[in-house]
Amino acid sequence: MMESLFYIAAVVALSATILALTRANAAHALIYLIVSLLAVAVLFFLLGAPFAAALEILIYAGAIMVLFVFVIMMLNLGEAGEESERKGLHPRNWIIPGIMTALLFMELVYALEQVPALTSGVAVSPKEVGIMLFGPYVLAVELASMLLMAGLVGAYHLGRRFNVRNVGSN
Amino acid sequence: MGGLQVPLEHVQVLAALLFSCGLLGLMLRRNIIFMLMSLEVMLNSAALAFVAAGAKWAEADGQVIFLLILSVAAAEISVGLGLVLQIQRRFKTLDMDSANRLRG
Repeated sequence: MMESLFYIAAVVALSATILALTRANAAHALIYLIVSLLAVAVLFFLLGAPFAAALEILIYAGAIMVLFVFVIMMLNLGEAGEESERKGLHPRNWIIPGIMTALLFMELVYALEQVPALTSGVAVSPKEVGIMLFGPYVLAVELASMLLMAGLVGAYHLGRRFNVRNVGSN
Repeated sequence: MGGLQVPLEHVQVLAALLFSCGLLGLMLRRNIIFMLMSLEVMLNSAALAFVAAGAKWAEADGQVIFLLILSVAAAEISVGLGLVLQIQRRFKTLDMDSANRLRG
């Protein structure tokens, strides 16, 4: 019974991702992407990682997707550019990237099939994650904080209005 | 609440499928918003692979790496959306083919 939950969530995640990346309308694609992220959160929970599942919903489906929604609403992207996107989704554009991606995927599947194993079925509690995070991985936490700081400064810098008149001259 | 016993390679194949979808989307779409969404899908599939591997050995390392991927995704998307705003202001479009001053 529980195994079927896993496979249902996997199918939902995959189909929602495919639908998200083939939509012409950015707002519709975003909703499908949120569904896909929620399905992955269910997978995390079933795999015994409740902390990761909660963070997936809070930060991915909550914060990051809300940023996307803000930008799409701010730029008023609903219908604009939908025609050119439809043209870009013509099947003949799909063939070569599709073949290359399929080949990479086959190689991955072949490599993964060499080592069959079952997941342990033991849940890893947030406490263990926290002890690990501030024990052996404390340097990685510092690096992540520096990365977030760089992201903050970069976003502030890029979000400003530049003087557009100077752009053409240099 | 315990976890679930499923074959590890099924989870890894799902992660590979999601990654391939993201890669295909990244190569096919020209709208920068969709390219950023594809990047999110790819990062998320990598996180799924890490959490699955952590579940295989019942260790917390997988979830720690998931946290790091989460912060990478957050930093990347904030800078990326700042770029989206600038590109929309300068070129009045989000089609990446128009941003070709470097003649790449």
